[in-house]
Amino acid sequence: MPAAVKLENVVKRFGALEVLKGISFDIEPGQVVALIGASGSGKSTALRCINRLEQIQGGSIHVCGHRVEDPALDPRALRQDVGMVFQSYNLFPHMTVGQNVILALKRVKKMPKAEAIKIAERVLKQVGLAEKIDSYPEQLSGGQQQRVAIARSLAMSPKVMLFDEVTSALDPKLTGEVLRVMEDLAKGGMTMVVVTHEMAFARRAADKVIFMHHGHVHEVGGPDILTNPETAELREFLEHDL
Amino acid sequence: MDGFGTGHLVYLLNGLLWTVVLSALALLLGGIGGFVVMLGRISRRRWLRRLSMGYVQIVQGTPLLIQMFLMYFGLGVAGVQVPALLAAALAMMIYSSAYLGEIWRGCVQSIGKTQFEAAETLALTRWQSLVDVILPQAARIATPPTVGFVVQLVKNTSLASVVGFLELTRSAQVINNSLFQPFLVFGIAAALYFAVCYPLSLWSRTLERKLNAGRRQA
Repeated sequence: MPAAVKLENVVKRFGALEVLKGISFDIEPGQVVALIGASGSGKSTALRCINRLEQIQGGSIHVCGHRVEDPALDPRALRQDVGMVFQSYNLFPHMTVGQNVILALKRVKKMPKAEAIKIAERVLKQVGLAEKIDSYPEQLSGGQQQRVAIARSLAMSPKVMLFDEVTSALDPKLTGEVLRVMEDLAKGGMTMVVVTHEMAFARRAADKVIFMHHGHVHEVGGPDILTNPETAELREFLEHDL
Repeated sequence: MDGFGTGHLVYLLNGLLWTVVLSALALLLGGIGGFVVMLGRISRRRWLRRLSMGYVQIVQGTPLLIQMFLMYFGLGVAGVQVPALLAAALAMMIYSSAYLGEIWRGCVQSIGKTQFEAAETLALTRWQSLVDVILPQAARIATPPTVGFVVQLVKNTSLASVVGFLELTRSAQVINNSLFQPFLVFGIAAALYFAVCYPLSLWSRTLERKLNAGRRQA
């Protein structure tokens, strides 16, 4: 099976600062990959390059048949296959939960409203928030808002989902409910790339762990590398983290 | 010599009417222009950003009175004879488009890049993101400063008197030229401006308070 996501020698610069110094990795369909590393190691940037929120300066990225670095690529075609969830939830505060979820179904997929609402009900049920469909984001807890953000992304039936430190802004009490939703998704066969500081989650849910260090992929392996790291850098990172 | 009579008051009220008409035209046309300026300022194309930035700087760096002269006398010399109302409206449109464009750009940008990113990540076009996600939020923030600017706009229409447009200030001048009672005549004119501007100021402040209270529209 071809890789769902394939990065080859990806270089990303912000001005003179080289954030990604030629990174490569593959993600198979259905795989859950945890991208870990210290802040500034380039893991969030790598994630943002996958759906072209950032343009790359070198190398290539293939995602579900799209050549991401191709200037002729319509980013909207790519983004229909790639969902993304952000650290700061980024729900639309002037819309209800239901309106947040159906917006792209109506505008992008041109779906009739009734059909879109059915999908919204299904995905909200999936994240355990069916009863919140008419609430506004500010009426929800952070954990609930993040679950709505996941539902909003899921509604578009993406083939790959990107998670950018989605529990970092949450009270520790609330991270559990978000991580459980993500583990359910993982079990359901979703291809996921998860930038995370939650090592316990990475151990439980990830099929593959990629450790980034100073803009390089420094170590790759199964979740066992979190227990038995090969490189000194990963060992040091894990010690500081725990 | 007769004193200030009902006829004079009617004349002033007629001037006030034209002041309101000119303000409304300036707001309407300037609002359309300001929207375009705002779009230019947040564009992804650098030349468009620079162009609209340059426009704003030139307009904000020159007096409205000179803009009015340019429209009225300048176009006249160029062979285009424009009526005073049109010249004044064009000058006020240019003036307000620059200011409104800047006010609105600030409001749109305060909504933040993350909302744009969230919308575009859902495969919405930039235009759809703007219309469905950014503008409804920006409009709430933009209303108080926009109403505040309209107060400036109404007062600045008085400059149209110099190109002979018979609005409130010009009407007051005409009456004063015959009555020589400047305190009375211009006092009444000032009171009429105040009667229009003060409620707008109050409204702007109420809107601002509501906004700061952080209430979301239902």
